[in-house]
Amino acid sequence: MSIASLSFPHCCQKSPPLSLKSSFLSKPTKTQFSLSFTQKRSSSHIVSMSMEAGVGVMGTKLGMMSFFETDGKVVPVTVVGFREGNIVTQVKTLATDGYDAVQVGYRRVRDKKLTKPELGHLGKVGVIPMRHLQEFRLQSVEEFETGQKLDVEEIFKEGDLVDVSGTTIGKGFQGGIKRHNFKRGQMSHGSKSHRALGSIGAGTTPGRVYKGKKMPGRMGGGTRKIRKLKIVKIDNELNVLMIKGAVPGKPGNLLRITPAKIVGKNIPKN
Amino acid sequence: MCLQILDKEAVEEVKGQREIPEIKPGYIVQLKVEVPENKRRLSTIKGIVIARRNAGLNTTFRIRRMVAGVGVESLFPLYSPNIKEIKVLDKKNVRRAKLYYLRNKMNALR
Repeated sequence: MSIASLSFPHCCQKSPPLSLKSSFLSKPTKTQFSLSFTQKRSSSHIVSMSMEAGVGVMGTKLGMMSFFETDGKVVPVTVVGFREGNIVTQVKTLATDGYDAVQVGYRRVRDKKLTKPELGHLGKVGVIPMRHLQEFRLQSVEEFETGQKLDVEEIFKEGDLVDVSGTTIGKGFQGGIKRHNFKRGQMSHGSKSHRALGSIGAGTTPGRVYKGKKMPGRMGGGTRKIRKLKIVKIDNELNVLMIKGAVPGKPGNLLRITPAKIVGKNIPKN
Repeated sequence: MCLQILDKEAVEEVKGQREIPEIKPGYIVQLKVEVPENKRRLSTIKGIVIARRNAGLNTTFRIRRMVAGVGVESLFPLYSPNIKEIKVLDKKNVRRAKLYYLRNKMNALR
């Protein structure tokens, strides 16, 4: 059953006659076919997802407060809470998927809230229905197994640096000054250029506006990663994390917290 | 919801560690403050509370005093571990929450 369902996308992607032929040839021994198919797929896949320094978790932004350090310094902290979840739903390996990754689910929902395919995917592993599924691409996934619960206290310690990514607050259609930190013109003294862009390029040559020119447009509402934020405190009772500084979005926003990536230290240079 | 609990817990913890008297605008207080920049020496500050901003753990109060004939205002977090002692010396009768009008008066302490 599983082989049949898997072979379909494979046939579409690669040259159909060749794969068809091979499938006909190896029809009696189905296991053999599945092996050859996985090897081919792993070589043809392009993985664009970047490597993480370690497995991360998903959390919910709760808001900001202040925190007093022992020397009396006030630190602005963001409080991140954790709903039910952070369970490994799938372990992807080089052999089966072309890259090593851990898929993690977060935030329990009612069965009714998910689609049948989503429920089927989670039911196969035998975990609770969860709203968010995210992957963490890792160097090795040997120590992970499906259904394993990721513990925040085990992954992070106080004083660790983390990368936090999430959806930023949508700002709507904004001008160049707010969106790209352009300078403003004189507001008075006869000036007519107040908050306008200014020149957007030369004239007849090149005769067009270059692609990627910074201009007014939709601002915010995209994914942004804030790097190397320090964990100030971990509260085990309330199951919250206090992270120094601001993180994207408003309270209630979904956050993806991973150990900070430092090239040369926990991420190889190439 | 969790945030309020955390805030309250932090405030309760500080209150348990040391006694924090009620501070209101119009009170004349004496503080013993540890200054990290000044080799952690205890310095005494005496002045009138001219404002208080209630914000949970981040509650602050503003003290106005005269230093060498010049009015000096300083802002302190109420629950800061740098404040070692707060002593209320006098309670003035005031009819405002913010006593910013004292800035324009000659003798701020009255």
